[in-house]
Amino acid sequence: MVVWTDFERTAIQDIFSKIDYAVVGQAAFSRCLIVYPWTQRYFGGFGNLYNAAAITSNPRVASHGKVIMEALEKAVKDMNNIKATYAELSALHSEKLQVDPDNFMLLGHCLTIVVASQLSKAFTPEVHAAFQKFLAVVVSSLRKQYY
Amino acid sequence: MSLGAFKAFWANVAGKEEQIGCDAVSRMLTVYPQTKTYFSHWKDLRPGSAPVKKHGATVMTAVTDAVSKIDDLTGGLLSLSELHAFTLRVDPANFKVLAHNLLVVLATVFPNDFTPEVHVAMDKFLAAVARALSEKYR
Repeated sequence: MVVWTDFERTAIQDIFSKIDYAVVGQAAFSRCLIVYPWTQRYFGGFGNLYNAAAITSNPRVASHGKVIMEALEKAVKDMNNIKATYAELSALHSEKLQVDPDNFMLLGHCLTIVVASQLSKAFTPEVHAAFQKFLAVVVSSLRKQYY
Repeated sequence: MSLGAFKAFWANVAGKEEQIGCDAVSRMLTVYPQTKTYFSHWKDLRPGSAPVKKHGATVMTAVTDAVSKIDDLTGGLLSLSELHAFTLRVDPANFKVLAHNLLVVLATVFPNDFTPEVHVAMDKFLAAVARALSEKYR
């Protein structure tokens, strides 16, 4: 079981209380599609993803970014049970969506960078470490149902 | 992104090398503690400590130098590659780790200029630097 220190718990909950899910979700997800273009393979139905400008202004990218943040919030709300929280989503990503799980941390990196640019000095190395730990637990939980 | 635009963004770093380098190395040691194993000879591994600051500046000077050698990174970084391969023996997987932390710092220092286009160009450049540094390993 994951052990969270009080500092880590507070840091994660603080970050999620401060950020706008629509803004951060859109920014992180569009960066993922731009910086790691092979991730576009999973979003064939999203319309125009031909270049950075198209991705940034794509409404389906924006709404999916928000969906991702809302899913992450579930983990924040129950940090002691992230593995259980994501059991269904893990099966979905494995069996239906067939996403290579190595891609999960790519999105994680982009989210870290967007959160860093939003929080600036408040995103200290210690807060950054807590956030990275949270993302690692989320990714590990999403990988659990792959076989 | 054009090379000119990339170099124009990198020009923002001038004067902030120590600050940015120090923050990147501090984050790497804090967020990815396994990287501390390469610095057991330092007295103080805490964020912002003297050896961290000094090393941050060293790294940033080298990255700025790599920007100027962007057309031939393998040739330009030959001796640095030999250093990392034969003397320091850093697992090349760690180059990605430091690169990520540098991107995070750039995002905090230049929130408006570190656009997705700059981000992808920077990530690609740092990956190329990592490849050049790995050249002499085997």
